[in-house]
Amino acid sequence: MIEIRTATIEPLRNTFDHVARVLGGDKPASRYLEGTLKLQSEANFNYQALWDKEHELYDPSRTAIEMADWYAFIDPRQFHYGSYTNARSRQQEAAESNFDFVEKRDLLRFVDDAARQKMARVLVPLRHYEWGANMNNSFIASFAYGSMLNIPATFHAMDRLGIAQYLTRIGLLLGGVETVDAGKDAWLNDPAWQGLRKVTEDLFVEKDWFEVFVAQNVVGDGLIYPLVYRHFVQDIGVQGSTVAMLTEFMSDWSDESSKWVDSVIRIAAAESEKNRQQLAIWYKKWKALTLAAVRPIATDLAGVSAETLQNIENALDARAKKLGLEIGGL
Amino acid sequence: MSTTKKLGLREKYRLMTRGLGWETTYQPMDKVFPYQSFEGIKIHDWDKWEDPFRLTMDAYWKYQAEKDRKLYAILDAFNQHNGHLNISDARYVNSIKLFLQGITLSEYNAHRGFVHLGRQFRGVGPRVASQMQALDEIRHAQTQIHALSHYNKYFSGFHGFQGMYDRLWYLSVPKSYFEDALTAGPFEFLTAISFSFEYVLTNLIFMPFMSGAAYNGDMATVTFGFSAQSDEARHMTMGLEVIKFMAEQDPDNIPIIQRWMDKWFWRGYRMLVLVAMMMDYMLPKKVMSWSEAWEMYFEQAGGALFEDLARYGFRMPKYADVSVKEKDRYSHEAWAALYHYGAAAGLHTWIPTSEEMEWMAEKYPNSFEQFYKPRLDYWDEQQKAGKRMYCASLPQLCQVCQIPAWFTEPDDPTQLCHRETEYKGETYHFCSDGCCDIFKGEPEKYIQARLPTHQIYQGNCGGASIEEVLKWSGIEVGHDNLDYLGSDDQKNWERWKHQTAVEKKIA
Repeated sequence: MIEIRTATIEPLRNTFDHVARVLGGDKPASRYLEGTLKLQSEANFNYQALWDKEHELYDPSRTAIEMADWYAFIDPRQFHYGSYTNARSRQQEAAESNFDFVEKRDLLRFVDDAARQKMARVLVPLRHYEWGANMNNSFIASFAYGSMLNIPATFHAMDRLGIAQYLTRIGLLLGGVETVDAGKDAWLNDPAWQGLRKVTEDLFVEKDWFEVFVAQNVVGDGLIYPLVYRHFVQDIGVQGSTVAMLTEFMSDWSDESSKWVDSVIRIAAAESEKNRQQLAIWYKKWKALTLAAVRPIATDLAGVSAETLQNIENALDARAKKLGLEIGGL
Repeated sequence: MSTTKKLGLREKYRLMTRGLGWETTYQPMDKVFPYQSFEGIKIHDWDKWEDPFRLTMDAYWKYQAEKDRKLYAILDAFNQHNGHLNISDARYVNSIKLFLQGITLSEYNAHRGFVHLGRQFRGVGPRVASQMQALDEIRHAQTQIHALSHYNKYFSGFHGFQGMYDRLWYLSVPKSYFEDALTAGPFEFLTAISFSFEYVLTNLIFMPFMSGAAYNGDMATVTFGFSAQSDEARHMTMGLEVIKFMAEQDPDNIPIIQRWMDKWFWRGYRMLVLVAMMMDYMLPKKVMSWSEAWEMYFEQAGGALFEDLARYGFRMPKYADVSVKEKDRYSHEAWAALYHYGAAAGLHTWIPTSEEMEWMAEKYPNSFEQFYKPRLDYWDEQQKAGKRMYCASLPQLCQVCQIPAWFTEPDDPTQLCHRETEYKGETYHFCSDGCCDIFKGEPEKYIQARLPTHQIYQGNCGGASIEEVLKWSGIEVGHDNLDYLGSDDQKNWERWKHQTAVEKKIA
């Protein structure tokens, strides 16, 4: 072994003051923490926003949820921009080779017309649901208090744009521009989609960003993702394997990002009884609304049984309970 | 599918972005997008917006991840091999202290502005473009922190940047600038940040800091700079598109935008005084003078831009002529002031070396030896006699740009410039006609300014003594502040250089 000699120079400190305070002392800190902690101004704001005279520019009172420390929301994935784009870049490579594989072998020709139509009817309008989720997460990202939340919320918003774009490509593969247009028409006019569109639009005008978080990321996605990317894709049978390939990004993404979503709820619920109750109120309210909206999509379009939908609902309730929400008497 | 093959890239991109949006009917569009009209900008057809980026998310992830992988590989190597030992001189580090203190959290503020527009713009095209820029701004804030994290381990002045941004007096200059933009409406924000800052002035931040890093052997910062360059190019494209889009939508928009251009040119120019001082005084190896940079990037490039924009009815920003009159004095006045307030700064100040003064005399033939060298020489003598001068009183700050009123009359560099105006029985003070005009345009906004000096007098800043205020501001007194001569940075630097020289000899 050759010993490589390098100059040994002792550092004067290991990390920044504000990071050391969180770590409880001057210790080496991860790039996640150095890059995420306390980037948002907290005091000495100069001007009232012309577009919101009720609040400071950055203001914790934009939600009913109260936290002693808004930097308690550690992302279990510890994503900073570099690790985030790296993770998504690997996923998009896999998605790209899946799309290539399906396109080159023209695998969709093995899917009969009825199944193909069914896929289009379920998957293509969802690109607008994803776009709605992008808007809602952009809203969360812009009003959530503190960089520990609004940075991952921004990643989450961009993910939804990416997913909307993958769904657009699936629509193009299934039947070209007409299919994509038909999907938009269904989102706007087909009675089966109107409930979900209404829920989405109602969320656009909600003022409490944490409520939007619960409604969109916990309830909406907690019903739609298992319904579509697990049950619908599986139930469609052998022909579904092609669709499963094309939607792999979505199911992997959901598994990964729900860890972050869950952590946000768990941490806020653990903070106080008041938070727990508030979160449960929102959860129940939006679950009732969203479930009613999702039912016609499940039964009329996706052919998913009422029993399966009940199972999805039960699983979501179990998840919510595990996160600390008391939703017993439903 | 043959149908997809036939789709042009442009059409495909439309489907991937604005095709996703829809006119809401369960909730009125005006309620979904409530901030669209109060500024008076009229938009008739959002579809006329030309997408400046044309990147789908999968492509974005791919390119950006590639860039970040390269960047972090170099940062890792830099850290492992004590890259900070290769810089020209430890005085250099003060320029990146200023960068971390003043710019990094401003990038984060820019992120918040763009993510807000990414939700609130009624047009899908500008919304997607804003979202991508919002994501880029996270990148810039974080990669800057990561690039400079290593310097924090070895030098003073970096450790407290987070607290300093909200509290340290001179950082209220960038802080109030960004808060001014963030609290404005969506179209003004874009005019302020995308156009005036990113398009017109960004070269004057980017070039000096990044070329300064390259000239002074700072591999970490220059790598960040190269890596961010393609992002900045996208942001600049957006900045110009914003103006053209608004201008082409309705002629009534022109005077509103012109007023914003005037305001944000002057606001940005004043903030750049920190850069001017950095270029001329803080870089041991100089890239170009502030005066040369202003000529190249503003007078020439900016001049051509505004000639081009004349077809819409725009003219050069008001007081652009004053900036030209000030170019031979801007950095000198600022450094003299910072040298004086050097006890209250989160970085070191010093008297330039005689070689550096020769360079200044050459770059500023009409001003340096006449006005600035004699006083630098005098302060140098005083310092050598053990009487390094530190100003103990608090400066009068401009109500708009929040810079101490240290500037001189446009037509007389020997007379301090001071303007004031009355509003609702109170007198307000300004550094210039430019700032005074901005105040008069929106007095209700600027009377809210939290001038650090007023806050200190009111006892809101940690205590009554200077030492308490500095501590509250995030400064380790005796370590982060005062002259470079005798500083920890100087002593450590000399020790490390000596140590590595000895180790090299032994090897």
